[in-house]
Amino acid sequence: MEGFWAVFFPVLRVWFTCLVVLIMLPAMFGISLGITETYMKILIKTLEWATHRIQRASRAEEILKHSASNGLIQRDNSSLEQEIEELRRDRPKSADHGDFTLSDVLYFTRRGIESIVEDDVTQRFTSEELVSWNLLTRTNNNFQYISLRLTVLWGVGVVVRYCILLPLSWQTTVQIVKGWLSELVHLMCYRICARGLSATIHYHNKQNRPKRGGICVANHTSPIDVVILANDGCYAMVGQVHGGLMGVVQRAMERSCPHIWFERAEMKDRHLVTQRLRDHVNDKTKLPILIFPEGTCINNTSVMMFKKGSFEIGGTIYPVAIKYDPQFGDAFWNSSKYSMVSYLLRMMTSWAIVCNVWYLPPMAQKEGEDAVQFANRVKSTIAQQGGLVDLAWDGGLKRAKVKDSFKEQQQKKYSHMVVGDDSSD
Amino acid sequence: MGSRASSLLREEDIEEIKKETGFSHSQITRLYSRFHSLDKGENGALSREDFQRIPELAINPLGDRIINAFFPEGEDQVNFRGFMRTLAHFRPVEDNEKNKDLTSGEPLNSRTNKLHFAFQLYDLDRDDKISRDELLQVLRMMVGVNISDEQLGSIADRTIQEADTNGDMCISFSEFTKVLEKVDVEQKMSIRFLH
Repeated sequence: MEGFWAVFFPVLRVWFTCLVVLIMLPAMFGISLGITETYMKILIKTLEWATHRIQRASRAEEILKHSASNGLIQRDNSSLEQEIEELRRDRPKSADHGDFTLSDVLYFTRRGIESIVEDDVTQRFTSEELVSWNLLTRTNNNFQYISLRLTVLWGVGVVVRYCILLPLSWQTTVQIVKGWLSELVHLMCYRICARGLSATIHYHNKQNRPKRGGICVANHTSPIDVVILANDGCYAMVGQVHGGLMGVVQRAMERSCPHIWFERAEMKDRHLVTQRLRDHVNDKTKLPILIFPEGTCINNTSVMMFKKGSFEIGGTIYPVAIKYDPQFGDAFWNSSKYSMVSYLLRMMTSWAIVCNVWYLPPMAQKEGEDAVQFANRVKSTIAQQGGLVDLAWDGGLKRAKVKDSFKEQQQKKYSHMVVGDDSSD
Repeated sequence: MGSRASSLLREEDIEEIKKETGFSHSQITRLYSRFHSLDKGENGALSREDFQRIPELAINPLGDRIINAFFPEGEDQVNFRGFMRTLAHFRPVEDNEKNKDLTSGEPLNSRTNKLHFAFQLYDLDRDDKISRDELLQVLRMMVGVNISDEQLGSIADRTIQEADTNGDMCISFSEFTKVLEKVDVEQKMSIRFLH
């Protein structure tokens, strides 16, 4: 037994040194030895082959005959008024007030059942369903055993992910926690981080990159969003002071650039928060603030309601759209299901993180436009660029119940159909 | 998600559900994924709270009645079979022809069964007739606070008057069917599933 360990440790040491020299050092200086590129090419080829095999095997199964939107049902978005009119069409019109028919209920019934089968909101808080399998067990929903070759490939994948990618990422995390010193080192550390996570990021329209004294807003999918953006520029973060691992990271980051952290109690005082942010923005020497107005992580298929707070501060808004490629690894952090640590572990053992970042032209509040309208305008721009669905629903629905006022709205609309415009009350 | 949801559903189960409801294999597996994602407690059954978590359903004025339709009398949990059986009412009727010989008796998505589903939304105590009280309660759910009691009462009275043919001041299922005979129930109570 002793002999085994005596051999094992030197081997391990050599292994790690190789990893450091070949991958981490070049990363620190922003040059590439082409290893990552080759890795990605091999990965893409492999996944294509795997998809092909699965498709062949399941031709009888119709598993992959999904529509482009990957939806389960087709819904038509006609309004309440339209549908109820249609339902009442064949009924003799009653002369006096009070136009109700027993068939009115069919409208609500169908809408209700449709939302049970598939709704716009709850699906945003779980990982996106992939059309084809990417050889990670975690995304294996409907794919059963296909062939020996595929299983072998999956096995090789496990080995690669846990023996190469994982130690690599662990090394880099250790380096990061040791501290940031200056902006340059800051950038370098984020680069290592990104390299550790095998991140390939494509930045588009760099000329629109957020400038000092501005506010950068982006859609939120995971904590890695910060790494992705910080790889290409320095930002001042805003957020709550955390305990645990996050707290350590936060304090480390504080040394390099002034971020804006709030105590939990302070966060409740909206005026205080807005004032501090406003002070930061008005100081043109300060770094641009990075804010995620959705307030929570969404699964990267849509953009949910932007909280208006960020848009009341004033200052120029620099919208940024971030879209991950789900083929290589699911970046979404389902905080109700996974803790931060297990999430990071999953990230480190995914194939890679591939994403596109679009810097959009700066936007400012228009004359006569209130904060909510402005927020929606920015949200639509980001959604359009990233190819995401633009939703008005609040990301807070992940945890909270929906407000009764929405139901009351529906009831009011329907009441109009029953009594017309001369409704009492 | 990413959990092995489909492996908890055996092939025999899928075949049985196929026979009973007429859904295709892929529809059943996808609906099982949906069932599983709604099942936060992961105990293989849905409770009323699980349904309430769907925002679009929570704001539907008849949300509670629709949720109730899934639960058999006196029960608080619905398993996947029950879930599918209820959803089967909303399968479009065209697909019926293929399954005629497979199902004994009338298929779940026939016009009669669709109408019966709608009838039960009104029939709160499940006694096979809609009383004035029950009608008022459902109306109140749909209109909220926007219509007065008197007005709502007269609407209910008028509706019963028009529908009631045997003079018992209640609406039976056959009377209900008669009122809706001109309505295109097959289309209005069907959901278009994509394969």
